[in-house]
Amino acid sequence: MEKETRALDEVTIRFAGDSGDGMQLTGGQFTNTSAAMGNDLSTLPDYPAEIRAPIGTTYGVSGFQIHFGATEINTPGDHCDVLVAMNAASLKVNLRSLIDGGIIIVNTDGFGDKNLKLAGYTQSPLSDGSLSKFQVFQVDITKLTNLALADMNLPQKVVDKTKNFFALGMMYWMFNRTPDNTIQWITEKFEKKPELIEANTRVMKAGWNYAETTDIFAVKYDVKPAPLTPGKYRNINGNQATALGFVAAADKAKLPLFLGSYPITPASDILHELSYFKNFGVKTFQCEDEIAGITSAIGASFGGSLAITTTSGPGVALKTEAMGLAVMVELPLVIINVQRGGPSTGLPTKTEQADLLQAVYGRNGEAPIPVIAASSPSDCFNAAFEASRIALKFMTPVILLTDGYIANGSEPWLIPEVKDLKDISVKFRTDPENYLPYLRDEITLSREWAIPGTPGLEHRIGGLEKQDGTGNINYEPENHHKMIKLRAAKVERIANDIPLATVEGDESGDVLVIGWGGTYGTIKTAVERKRKEGKSVSHLHLRYINPMPKNIGEILAKFKTVLVPEINLGQLIKILRDKFLIPAVGLNKVQGLPFRSIEIEQKIDELLGGKQ
Amino acid sequence: MNTLINSVTNQATEATIKYTAKDFSSDQDVRWCPGCGDYSILAQVQRVMPDLNIPKEKIVFISGIGCSSRFPYYMNTYGFHSIHGRATAIASGLKIARPDLSVWVATGDGDGLSIGGNHMIHILRRNVDVNILLFNNQIYGLTKGQYSPTSETGKITKSTPYGSVDMPFNPASLALGAGGTFVARSLDRDPKHMQTMIKRAAEHKGTSFIEIYQNCNVFNDGAFFALTEKETKPDNVVFLEHGKPLVFGKENDKGIKLDGFSPVVVSLKDGSHSINDLLVHNEKDSTLAFILANMTYNPELPRPVGIFLASDRPRYEVEMEKQIDSAISKRGKGVLEKLLNSGDTWVIQ
Ligand SMILES: Cc1ncc(C[n+]2csc(CCOP(=O)(O)OP(=O)(O)O)c2C)c(N)n1
Ligand code: SF4
Ligand SMILES: [Mg+2]
Repeated sequence: MEKETRALDEVTIRFAGDSGDGMQLTGGQFTNTSAAMGNDLSTLPDYPAEIRAPIGTTYGVSGFQIHFGATEINTPGDHCDVLVAMNAASLKVNLRSLIDGGIIIVNTDGFGDKNLKLAGYTQSPLSDGSLSKFQVFQVDITKLTNLALADMNLPQKVVDKTKNFFALGMMYWMFNRTPDNTIQWITEKFEKKPELIEANTRVMKAGWNYAETTDIFAVKYDVKPAPLTPGKYRNINGNQATALGFVAAADKAKLPLFLGSYPITPASDILHELSYFKNFGVKTFQCEDEIAGITSAIGASFGGSLAITTTSGPGVALKTEAMGLAVMVELPLVIINVQRGGPSTGLPTKTEQADLLQAVYGRNGEAPIPVIAASSPSDCFNAAFEASRIALKFMTPVILLTDGYIANGSEPWLIPEVKDLKDISVKFRTDPENYLPYLRDEITLSREWAIPGTPGLEHRIGGLEKQDGTGNINYEPENHHKMIKLRAAKVERIANDIPLATVEGDESGDVLVIGWGGTYGTIKTAVERKRKEGKSVSHLHLRYINPMPKNIGEILAKFKTVLVPEINLGQLIKILRDKFLIPAVGLNKVQGLPFRSIEIEQKIDELLGGKQ
Repeated sequence: MNTLINSVTNQATEATIKYTAKDFSSDQDVRWCPGCGDYSILAQVQRVMPDLNIPKEKIVFISGIGCSSRFPYYMNTYGFHSIHGRATAIASGLKIARPDLSVWVATGDGDGLSIGGNHMIHILRRNVDVNILLFNNQIYGLTKGQYSPTSETGKITKSTPYGSVDMPFNPASLALGAGGTFVARSLDRDPKHMQTMIKRAAEHKGTSFIEIYQNCNVFNDGAFFALTEKETKPDNVVFLEHGKPLVFGKENDKGIKLDGFSPVVVSLKDGSHSINDLLVHNEKDSTLAFILANMTYNPELPRPVGIFLASDRPRYEVEMEKQIDSAISKRGKGVLEKLLNSGDTWVIQ
């Protein structure tokens, strides 16, 4: 039977199964293949919080969502169009993200009595009519996998591990993807185990052939390449991009990179990544706690390293006192907070933006620290680089905010040319003549970096209030006031050193949606859709939160209404109201989940007075 | 390996200038209470520094918060007066980043064993080559006299008007338990001994931990007088010297003998024991170190002072450098361009 091919602009697929079913790998392969075929895309893994949750239960479900298209893709997708469910529990957990009329492909073997019971179903959703509004394809993947490998005499455990490739094969067929990339990957991965190359490849082809030859599947879909900027790409998640950003910054600063860190979800992967780059001279120090993480980094910074410390919310709470020390001693340092759901231990594996006020204000005393935020997985690279640049140029700690959503989410990254990265090399002080530890540059107000080992520059720094210039301890009332203002002015001056903000869309109009951090893609999608409908709405996304670019006030004044969507109860909005005295409107959701574009679109509609 | 740091710093390991103690004294007025034991520690450190033959600019003193932690301000070297309890962590970071430096920590019993206890045990465990001087005055001096984790049980202070109920740490045992490779004790009122300890600590490769009994004449005056004053010291202190029997007493008339694993005092005068019966100190023997440290709060025994243990174990920062060197020799020196372009890449025309 000749099958029909339909063209699609964009599709979202979610692969779901038990943690042991290899869904992350399957999703990753589908991603790499789609990327290589020229689609734009965005992906998000959804791991269970438990390490080894009991097999077949809902809390053991692992998912991977990929949104790919022939157009620009900015988010992993609000909903999915296709759900691959390897067992009953994964159907149960993920069904609510499927659109009406969407496609479900199930492995019927995962819907036996035991699996149904573990998932909490009293009767099978495959037969009780509850899935009638979806297109359901029932395939006994387990059996077909076994058949495909029947003559290989492999242990059953090995056979079971290949069944995700059957699902992948079917999806490759359905979306007209070439299996070649994955075959190459399998061949490299199992270089020393030829039987696994054979088994996995065979099962994937079996999945493909099954979809091609049986009558169950009548339609295949085609998603053409997207008009992407030419160049070399790789797929990257936020934590990887952050790690690379710092290696690049250290390289461009001609300094060794030092990371002091204590493991915490979802930040640990930055530590993992960096600890691998030993041949770049990167020193990663896994400490006894977060306090040692930051203080060891301060020690390394004193010694002339580009020093950073990575953590998530609870860890930032522990680092707070030391952040104040870094402000006082005016040493460069980057503190990375990969935000997760709080307060306390909160929702460790979920995303949130509720640490913004902690970053901007959360210290004892007047302790201003520049705060910048990354807006997408690949943007973490630029943000890490920029945070380093500011820290080094202004001799200050800098807070870099990312979040669990962009840290784990990935997207294609147009790999930058090394020669295009800014030269951020520093100059250590060497001249002992007239040296004083707190002499300042007139423009930046930053002090000079004089590192131990430099003859004639022996000096003492510390957390006690000091006299400007000499750095000698000083308790005079006027001096303290002066120093407080100097440290604040130094941070304010960073505004002279960063680009002006630019609005996406018209520079004036009815509604301006302002966001920061990981909501970028979602807001962009929502605003673009509304603009296509002819609505007067624009988007401004803040990379620099403290200090802000100098033209923010000017931009705000040109819009009738300002909408601030945040995954918190309204934090940026407080700062905006405080700084610009505007009656901004918040859109707030704190569920451990990213926004959906539709939620922002609805709010925009509401502000524009319903359906105009 | 980093050329920018190398290009501005002194690469020599030995000082070309001959220093005197005065060269190590900064222009800051020393502000400890008159009579405080901290003065003696400062003086001994300044006296020993010239003998170490290390270029002055390569020496860094790091401290936390407390009276004792004012120490770096008075040393004409690089210095860092940080936050309460964290000196050992800052020192670890600095030494790991810059193994070429001679890094010292000045800390108190509160700073190093209370709020900074966690970092203390971990620096010892890792054996980072940092020299730690723990000023033990058995009190919180700077905050005006609360009891500390080394105060004796029953201590009456402002915060314990009915006496403290908790047992003190024995810092030497703690340091040994944490895997310390150089653990010693000295006395503020014994300058010669302290100088020897400081010198040995400096020479030791790995973390050196010296507990120095220090009199706080304002809030805990006389805490150590039984151990430091002429009349009582000989009968109350036994000096540990490598290869020598443990003899003490005004007339060197007493000694320590091992009875099983327990040290006991024997008389050398009554004819029951001779010097040959005594325990001979071996500073390389870690089991013995534990036994000796454990004598500390035993009222039947003299207080051991000197080096409990001086042993060798790989140093964290050295092992890390080795890993870096081996990664470079295996994978080649990192090239940023290659790193950014690694993994699965594809080209959009
Ligand atoms: C985070 C923090 N908690 C508490 C204090 C108050 N504080 C300063 S020094 C100190 C105790 C100092 O005792 P010790 O380390 O024994 O030093 P000493 O003054 O006896 O030399 C305390 C509790 C502080 N500075 N910072
Ligand atoms: S309070 Fe005690 S420890 Fe502090 S300076 Fe005075 S005497 Fe020394
Ligand atoms: Mg004390």
